[in-house]
Amino acid sequence: MENITKRQLFNVGLFLFSIFIAVPLIISATGRWDFYFTLTSVALLAIASAGVWLTFYIGRINIGQGAFALIGAYVSAILVVKGGISFWISLPAAGIFAAIVAIFIGMLVLRLRGVYFAMITLVLTQVVTLTALALPITNGAKGISSIPLPSGVSLFGIPILPDFATMANTKLAFYYTACILMVLTYAALYRLVNSRLGHLCRSMQQNEELASSIGVNIAHIRIVIFAISSFFGGIGGAMFGSIAQSVYPSSFQVADSVNFMLNCFLGGLGYVFGPMLGTLVLYFGWDLLFELGKYQMLVYSIILIAVIRFLPNGLLSLQFGKGARK
Amino acid sequence: MSPLLQVKNVTKRYGGLTANNNISFDVAENEILSVIGPNGAGKSTLFKMISSFVPTTSGEVLYRGERISNNKPHIVARKGIVRTFQETTIFKSMTVRESVIVAQHLRAKASLAGYFWGSRAAKADVAAFGQYADELLEFLGMSEISSELASNLPQGNLRALGIAIGLATDPKVLLLDEPFAGMNHDETMRMVDLVRSVRDERGVTVLLVEHDMPAVMTISDRILVLNFGEKIAEGTPSEIQNNDKVIEAYLGSSDDEIGM
Ligand SMILES: Nc1ncnc2c1ncn2[C@@H]1O[C@H](COP(=O)(O)OP(=O)(O)OP(=O)(O)O)[C@@H](O)[C@H]1O
Ligand SMILES: [Mg+2]
Repeated sequence: MENITKRQLFNVGLFLFSIFIAVPLIISATGRWDFYFTLTSVALLAIASAGVWLTFYIGRINIGQGAFALIGAYVSAILVVKGGISFWISLPAAGIFAAIVAIFIGMLVLRLRGVYFAMITLVLTQVVTLTALALPITNGAKGISSIPLPSGVSLFGIPILPDFATMANTKLAFYYTACILMVLTYAALYRLVNSRLGHLCRSMQQNEELASSIGVNIAHIRIVIFAISSFFGGIGGAMFGSIAQSVYPSSFQVADSVNFMLNCFLGGLGYVFGPMLGTLVLYFGWDLLFELGKYQMLVYSIILIAVIRFLPNGLLSLQFGKGARK
Repeated sequence: MSPLLQVKNVTKRYGGLTANNNISFDVAENEILSVIGPNGAGKSTLFKMISSFVPTTSGEVLYRGERISNNKPHIVARKGIVRTFQETTIFKSMTVRESVIVAQHLRAKASLAGYFWGSRAAKADVAAFGQYADELLEFLGMSEISSELASNLPQGNLRALGIAIGLATDPKVLLLDEPFAGMNHDETMRMVDLVRSVRDERGVTVLLVEHDMPAVMTISDRILVLNFGEKIAEGTPSEIQNNDKVIEAYLGSSDDEIGM
């Protein structure tokens, strides 16, 4: 069913070359080291956005990814700072914890549709922020700071990952880590969408009644998908906390949740790689409009509205025909 | 031989309206049973209760002695009791072939994770689904439209697609809600033959709701007649054609489609 064409293979190769080789070369040639931080942020936000895109894929508008990013950031920070555990173990743990929380929340709210589900998820970010303020383990408003950099990993005495604290260029190390995670995320997303789980999601997105008439356990699949989506949120959040070396209740806010959703709209809900492009454009778009001062928000909003109005299938619909899926 | 499906004293009320009142009947294995009656008689409601799309107010439906009513639709479908819909109900951005492939998912031998990693079992499944989809579409005479997008199909083909999706699940009992609606005479007679061969060759028990009386009289082993939610008659086509209550129900309503 799924045939990867030569052209797609070429595109993927070109993309990998750009992010892993071309970008570092350009940055060292131009001396714009600050770009590493920007691009690392884009990669991590794109991971969280991938999760939001996946909930769109089952016909749900998810404005709660900030909540899971925040949960992931805290879980990782607590495990590293208070538990003395390696960051590389805390990272998957953060994703899994976020997924488990999503399963419980999902069982309660995934039955809701449209605006109702969207509103509940919108409130979720606020709830997690308030919880972080209240709990002793999260340190309230002070948050958790001075998180140590990821330590080295060795297996049977062979070093696999270097100790970030001893590295001369941690920016580059974080950039590579974020890019690898992003590539893995989108590869997994692509596989998922093109495998049976993805086909079942499509069936229920298009017609829930017909899907249940052929025996699809809709409630179950929705929860699985929401858990995977939140796993991505947790991973993105944990990585962010590690780079910033701190987590506060305000690290991810409602505005971030909204942005994750906008990234998906902008890139295109019909394309697996839509949220990645959306994140890049939205992040840089905002920065480019910085010169406009107090009109920044206004111009930015107008452009967004125009894009959604005139390109309802997202930016990627410009390049690919209707229904095409890279 | 005990009946395959037993409907026992089933009642459905929507507020003050009784859509089905104390309906009981049995369906034997390999039978084709039609449910007829004027508009609003409660035919679709009965099918929705059998397939657990709506709960009964009272009474129950048994399949091989096991209760299937007041359950979840996907669980009943997994037991092999599959319905089609009166309204156009399709996966609109899938092709005909894709729809028929996705409907075979219950027969998957590989796990969801196996599909993700591309295990050997998953690859075998994918190949088998594709092959069966082609066979089924050939059998239904739909091979030419197999790569059409469902949303582009004309009305008559949409019905056929609904039946194809239902059949792809490999059902034991197929509930067809107005399968011939929107078809002309020739298309209807072709579908009548097809439904018959589904029963004969695949051993599927068929229940159908239909307004097209000539088709109903040709296809049915037995007929059940509903009027205002009540069962007013049950019998072979010739018994039903000569039943006074049935004639009265049809003549008494503005709906005189019963061509007897
Ligand atoms: N969800 C519902 N809520 C309230 N009333 C309903 C509902 N579904 C059906 N009804 C009512 O129950 C009665 C039976 O409806 P049903 O759809 O079973 O009729 P039908 O025999 O299939 O008619 P038709 O031949 O027009 O398809 C009708 O009066 C209908 O208005
Ligand atoms: Mg009906």
